[in-house]
Amino acid sequence: MTWEEIKEKLKGKKIGIAGCGGLGSNATVALARIGVKSFVLADFDVIEASNLNRQYFFKRQVGEKKVNALKDILLDIDDALMIETHDIRLKATDITSLFAACDLIIEAFDKAEAKQMIVETVIENFPEKPLILGIGLAGVGGFDKLRQEKWSDNIYVCGDSVTECSDDFPPLAPRVCIVANMQANLAIELLLR
Amino acid sequence: MNIILNNRPETIDGKSITISELIIYKNYTFRLLVTKLNGKLVKRDERDKVMVNDGDTVEVLHLISGG
Repeated sequence: MTWEEIKEKLKGKKIGIAGCGGLGSNATVALARIGVKSFVLADFDVIEASNLNRQYFFKRQVGEKKVNALKDILLDIDDALMIETHDIRLKATDITSLFAACDLIIEAFDKAEAKQMIVETVIENFPEKPLILGIGLAGVGGFDKLRQEKWSDNIYVCGDSVTECSDDFPPLAPRVCIVANMQANLAIELLLR
Repeated sequence: MNIILNNRPETIDGKSITISELIIYKNYTFRLLVTKLNGKLVKRDERDKVMVNDGDTVEVLHLISGG
């Protein structure tokens, strides 16, 4: 498929981004660069200086809401993008309402509890809508342990599935960005089918 | 009994077992899981009651923090 054909196919797609931290910010930037035109961004958090070791933000944006800062960055890449932002800690009912019109959802939460909540919500409410999870992205090295797999029906997983963030396994740009871009890459693969 | 667990055939002792017992049997130690039986979601508080029988398909996903 040519670049022009890819852009033509992607321009009508809408992607939901559940969390705009390390996974969400990096995956969304990749998707915006290659022709996805419409996004629903959701996150409740503000940017801290400690986020800059992995999240697609800049020092001047520290203190800003992540959804607003990410929208600004995306519009710098393409000012014709359609970006809906929700400054909210997503609950199950928010997921079913805010992401209803999306073709696909990228799960980019930090907490395991939130990941469990979105998986269960999508299984019950959106059995046809692809959900791409990022699981196991902390630390350094271990490139050969990273993989993508279809877990069940519409639920996909990117990452190593086992490395949880901790003091000894911090989330850092190289590995977080690899997993975020695996999610973006898989999203495009599914949307181009 | 024979089941399919995460896309792989698996032989389990006995005729049936709850989802919770299967989790212990398989030594899944992760705190947060999502479980499905024959394509349908089984929530945490149902795992003690829902039975897995011969020929069933079970899917277990474990979740960890980081993102």
